[in-house]
Order: sequence, then C-alpha cells, then structure tokens
Amino acid sequence: MLLSTLVAAGALLALGAPTASAGALLPERGGSPNADRIASLYTVVLILAALVFTGVAATLAFSLVRYRRSRNPVPAQIRGNTRLEVAWTVIAAGLIVFLSVFSITKLDAIEHPDRAAASPAAVAALGLGDGGQEGLRIEVVGRQYVWQFVYPNGAYAYGEMVAPVGVTVKLDIRSRDVAHSWWIPKLGGKFDAIPGYVNHTWFRLTRAGVYRGQCAELCGRDHARMVAQVRGVTPAQYATWVARQKRLIDAARQAKGG
Amino acid sequence: MGPDEPRGWRAWLATTDHKRIGVLYLATAFAFMMLGGVEALLMRSQLAVPDNTLLTSERYNQVLTMHGTTMVFLVVMPLWAGFANYFVPLQIGARDMAFPRLNALSYWLYLAGGVVFYGSVFFSPPEAGWTAYTPLSSGPYIPGNGTDAWIFLIHLTGVSSILGALNITVTIAHMRAPGMGWNRLPLFCWSMLAQAIMIILSLPVIAGAVTLLLTDRHFGTCFYDPACGGSALLWQHLFWFFGHPEVYIMILPAFGVISEVLPVFARKPIFGYKAIAASSIAIAFLSMLVWAHHMFATPLGAAALVFFMLTSMTIAIPTGVKVLNWVATLFRGSIVLRTPLYFASGFLVLFTLGGITGVMLAIFPIDRQVTDTYFVVAHFHFVLVAGSVSAVMAALYYWFPKITGRMLSERVGKLSFWLQFVGFLATFLIQHSLGLSGMPRRVYTYGADTGWGTDNLISTVGAFILAAGVVLTVGNVVWGLHRGPRAGSDPWKANTLEWFATSPPAPHNFDLVPRVRSVEPMRDIRREIRTRTATGGDR
Repeated sequence: MLLSTLVAAGALLALGAPTASAGALLPERGGSPNADRIASLYTVVLILAALVFTGVAATLAFSLVRYRRSRNPVPAQIRGNTRLEVAWTVIAAGLIVFLSVFSITKLDAIEHPDRAAASPAAVAALGLGDGGQEGLRIEVVGRQYVWQFVYPNGAYAYGEMVAPVGVTVKLDIRSRDVAHSWWIPKLGGKFDAIPGYVNHTWFRLTRAGVYRGQCAELCGRDHARMVAQVRGVTPAQYATWVARQKRLIDAARQAKGG
Repeated sequence: MGPDEPRGWRAWLATTDHKRIGVLYLATAFAFMMLGGVEALLMRSQLAVPDNTLLTSERYNQVLTMHGTTMVFLVVMPLWAGFANYFVPLQIGARDMAFPRLNALSYWLYLAGGVVFYGSVFFSPPEAGWTAYTPLSSGPYIPGNGTDAWIFLIHLTGVSSILGALNITVTIAHMRAPGMGWNRLPLFCWSMLAQAIMIILSLPVIAGAVTLLLTDRHFGTCFYDPACGGSALLWQHLFWFFGHPEVYIMILPAFGVISEVLPVFARKPIFGYKAIAASSIAIAFLSMLVWAHHMFATPLGAAALVFFMLTSMTIAIPTGVKVLNWVATLFRGSIVLRTPLYFASGFLVLFTLGGITGVMLAIFPIDRQVTDTYFVVAHFHFVLVAGSVSAVMAALYYWFPKITGRMLSERVGKLSFWLQFVGFLATFLIQHSLGLSGMPRRVYTYGADTGWGTDNLISTVGAFILAAGVVLTVGNVVWGLHRGPRAGSDPWKANTLEWFATSPPAPHNFDLVPRVRSVEPMRDIRREIRTRTATGGDR
C-alpha cells in the first residue's frame, strides 16, 4: 500500500496535477510573448523536476519493498561511500548550474520589452516615435481597491485597460496607498505596486480580446475584489478610444468648473 | 526529588527540569496546533465554493493572519524547542540543559507570547497577514490594535527562541558525554545546533524590525512610510532576512529527526554521517543569503535578481545531498516498517516535491508567475506541513515511549499516517494548479466564472481528511498515556543515548554516563551486553 501510493505520487508529478482544466500544469500563456517565454522555460524546468522526483521516489519505493526485514534479514553495514557521495554532489551541482545558465540565457527575452517594430499603420495611428520600437507607455496606479490607468495623452480609466494589439506596451506601476501587485497571468508575471517606488514591466498583445487578472498582494479587506483586465483592440480603435476618453474627461472637468 | 520540593501541578509551574519543560512546550504547542488547524479549516470551508459568505473579508483576513502566525511562532518552532529540550541533553549524556532556569524562562515567555496574541481575539485580531507588510500594517488602513498584539507576540516568542538557542548551543558545546567528540554527536543535535545558530543570527533582526513598526504605529517615526521619507520595502528586506532562515529554523530539526529515525528502522548505520552534518551547516549559512527571493516581484534591480536566484538554487545542492543520503540509508537495509518510518517515508516523498518546486520558484521569471498564488501556498505547505509536521509526527511516535514509558498504538498510528498523507496530497497538490491558473493567495472568495470551484472543493475535502488524521494521533496520545503497552528503556533497539535512560527517564537522567566510542553508543552497549551474557540477545 505504501508502495502504490509512492508510485502514484510519482506518477502524479510526472503527469502533472490531477485536473484537466486550463493552466493546470503550466503557467498561462497566449497573450504576450513574455508570458509565452516564461511558460516555455517553466516547461523545461518541470520536465527536469519530474525526472529528479521520479528517480528519488522510485529508489525510495524500491528500497522500502525490496529491503523489508522479511526479504532482507541481514542489513548491509555500510557507513557511506565517498566516491558515490562526491559523484552525486557533483551531479546535483551540475544540474543546478545547467538550470541557472539555461534560465539566464532566457532572461533577456522575458525581461526586456520586445524591440520588434510595430506595423507602420499602428505607428501612425498611435503617433509613436522611433518606428514603434519605444512602444506605448501606460501608467498603472494601484489603490484600495481599484487599478487606475493613465494614458500618454493624460486620459485615464479605472478597472479596465484598453491597449493596442501588436505594439509593445510598457507599464510604470505605482501605488497610492499600500502595496498591491499587478498581475494579468496571460500577459506575464507579477509586478508589485509599492508606494514610493516605480516598478516596470511590459506586454505585447498577440490578439484582440479581454485578459483578466486581479491584485496579487494582500492589500486590505477587499483585496479579493481588486480585479483588473486588459482589453486588446486594434491600434486604430485604441487611438479613437483614448482620444474620446480624453475629451470626456476634459468636458467633465469643465462642467465642474475646473 | 527532595521532600520539600513542590508536587503535582505546582511542580510543573516551578520546574527547571529539561524534560518537564520539554513536555510543557510540546503540550502547549499541540494545543496551539489545534487552534491553527481550526483556523485552516475555517479558511478551507470559506473557499470550498465560489462566492461563499461563511466568513466576511475582515474575518477571513484575521483568520489567515492568526493561522500563519500561530503555525510558525506558536506551533512549529516551539514543537522543535520541546523535542530539543527533552532529547538534546539525553542524547549527549547530560543531566540537564546548561542553564535550567533560563530554560524555564524561555517556556514562560513563549506561553506569554501566545496568550498576548490570542488575547486579541477578544478585541481586534490582526489582519495584515503573518508577513505584516508595510504600509498595510503600519498605516491607518486597519482599525484596532491587533497588529500590536502581533508585534508583542514576535517580541516575546523571539526572546524565548533566542534564549533557548543560546541554551542549546552551550549545552551541546560543553556538556557532551566523555568520548563524544563532534564526529560522534547525534545528527538531531547537529541539526539543532545549526538551527540555534540561525535563530541567534536572524531573530534579533525581526525583533528590531517590529520595534520600528511599533514606533511607526504609535510614536510618529517614519521608518516604513514613504510619505515622510521612509521605505515600504525596508520592512520586506528586514522581514525576509529573518523570514527565510526561519523556514530552515522550522525544517532543520525535521532533517535531524529523519536522520535519527531512518537508521533505526533500516537497522543500518546512517549513510554519510559527515555529509549530513556538514550539509546542515551549509544550509544554515546559505539560508542567510537568499532572502530577496521572496521579493522577486518588487523593484529590485537586475544584479540583485540574478544574485538571489543563484544563491537560492545553490541551497538545493546540500538539501539534495541529504535526501540522497537518506534514501541510501534505506537501500540494502533490513527495514522494519513501524509508524515512525511511515511518517519519515512520507516526509521523504513530499519534502522532495516541495524542495523541487522551491528550485522552480528560485528562477525569478517563473517566480513572478506563481508567487503570491496558491502555487506558493502549496509549495510552502509541502515544506512545512509535509516536511516539518510529518517529522514532528515521526518524532512523536518515535520518542513517545521514552517520554511516557508507554507505546502508542501502531494500528491507529498507521491509519493516522494514511489519512494525513492522502489528505495532504488532496489538499495541496491541486493548489499548484489553482495558482498556475491565476488564483492569488489570501483572497477571501472568488467568482464562479473563474473556474476555480472544483479544485477548491477537492482541496477543502482533503483538508478535512488531513485534520481527521491529526485528530486520530491526538486520540492515540491520550489513549497511549494511560493504556499504551509498557515500552521498556529501548523498544526500538535504537542508536543514541536517550535509550540508555529508563522510560520515562529519572529526574537526573542517568545513574552513570557511559563512555561514547562511536556515533551509535547504544549499539555498542547492546553488543557489550550480548558478549557478557550467556543468553545472547538481539543485534
């Protein structure tokens, strides 16, 4: 019974957690290249991890069955084996060195904004300089319990960020009160919004659609309700939307006598 | 015990005997474990179905803060303090700890910390999480003074732990039996020594950090408030400079227990004694250099990100060496599958899995996808529940006969193991998936449209199975105290000197302290008895 459970535990890791829902085995992907690259890196690490775990669990299970007192009444009196111990220390170190080097080679593409130029139409629609290489900058401001997005023309919105597809979007992440964490799983990792600091990340939407996420750092009683989403639209739609948003805000401000 | 010394419950209040203090620690910590367990079940019940209204968000945040703080400061650390108190002096052939009265003070400070903390239940419990991140904990965001109760808990249990660690260090350094050189020190003592050094180095840092938090909260200082020149991230650095060694403070004694239990039930010497002892020290050293891997999502800078990724991955080497040594100890042994070995085997499987996800988390781009989600919740429960608590269970079943003179029920023990093992896997394996599919930790509820309902329900059912397993062991202890079969001094044919004393040991532990000639003095003693008696005996 012990054996069967040990083997089952090994199989579970080898096959992944026992569920068929999306994101069950791997991080979310399919929204932005950085998220895709993290998922690829994760896949390699997961396979290595599964091999190591299966090896250890199988040896353990074998020992517990094969060397039961009933089958092996006389234990071997071995106190160690320097050569073997040096060997497995070196192998463990080698595995760690491989993982480190492999991860470091993938860092640049995950960390740094995509330099791929946007389409000429997008550059024109958004008025981007540098052929679109510099991308579009949007400020993300966290506060209890809502995300605010500030666009380059001064327009702003809450809860939902509207962003153009196919253009690198760089985020400057701040907080107005406590620590929050910006996270849209399909668009890459978390970046904390810490008061007094500016954090940076980026994404480049591959297709239109709505990408959901929520605050990932305990920020108070309504932390669970601090949701966020990014709506990907064409650059032309984005340009229209952000101009209209600006007009509405200006009009509202004037109406208030500001 | 002299004729004028107190008896009954007064004797427990006034005791400076390391064994009684050990029992006080263990009993108190198990009581707090029940409270922390109820808190865990409350959270799992709230999350069992989407949009549940069992707990309000305020209540949920209080319960999650109580649960984490309780399990770390009032359960796992004092459980190890209890086992160390009882067994370090016995294992090294000493008659007590080096500073018995200081030892008693440590226990009473611990209890005071627990009482102060739980006193807040009647006023306003803290709700900033066990990590108490600033400015949530320092600013005007949480009404009431619960965070202050939390601060005083850290101060009281912190002083308790530091005094206890000094006591353990001096005891091991100066009170070993004749012949017990450092290369013959039991591996449980080696791991407690490494743990004590980590406590001495890291707990003063959190004591300072919470003092700054206290002055920020009440005396107008600005250490953590960016509005007047402080830094919200300073808290995170100080907290994790303590917080990461803290993980090893909770798991190193578990390594020690596993290193004691495996050779006894494999009837085979530990494989690679020196490598296991040395890797404890290596882990203690490295654990001081990895704290910012808890902060990979904060603005850190590329050099710091890469540095902390590499140091964190390096810890996998000494930890991996230990796991391989343990498996090699069982290999070619003559294995007697008793309850302590069940828990030790469960530890090996699940802790290895938790260690491997730790390596994944060290790679910071991956960490940014899974940190602060249920993936991390799963990771640290694999390390701290399947790791530390499994080893506590192994230690309990292994040492209960020495403490009480009676055996626990093997049948109930094995059933308890299976309930805990299966319940644990059901609760936490699936949480990796929940985290990967986007569920953050510390949310009091989630919508039905998230698709997290099924996995959460499985997790909740698992938690109740796990709890049933723990309750079964508590029942076994209550039964064993009065009804357990008599144990005799050495029921397991073990290796270390605590089994030379009677069960339970006399107040002075040993009538005479034998000269130690190897790392397995009891084995030497049994062999000597065998050669001296005509009847012979077991090996």
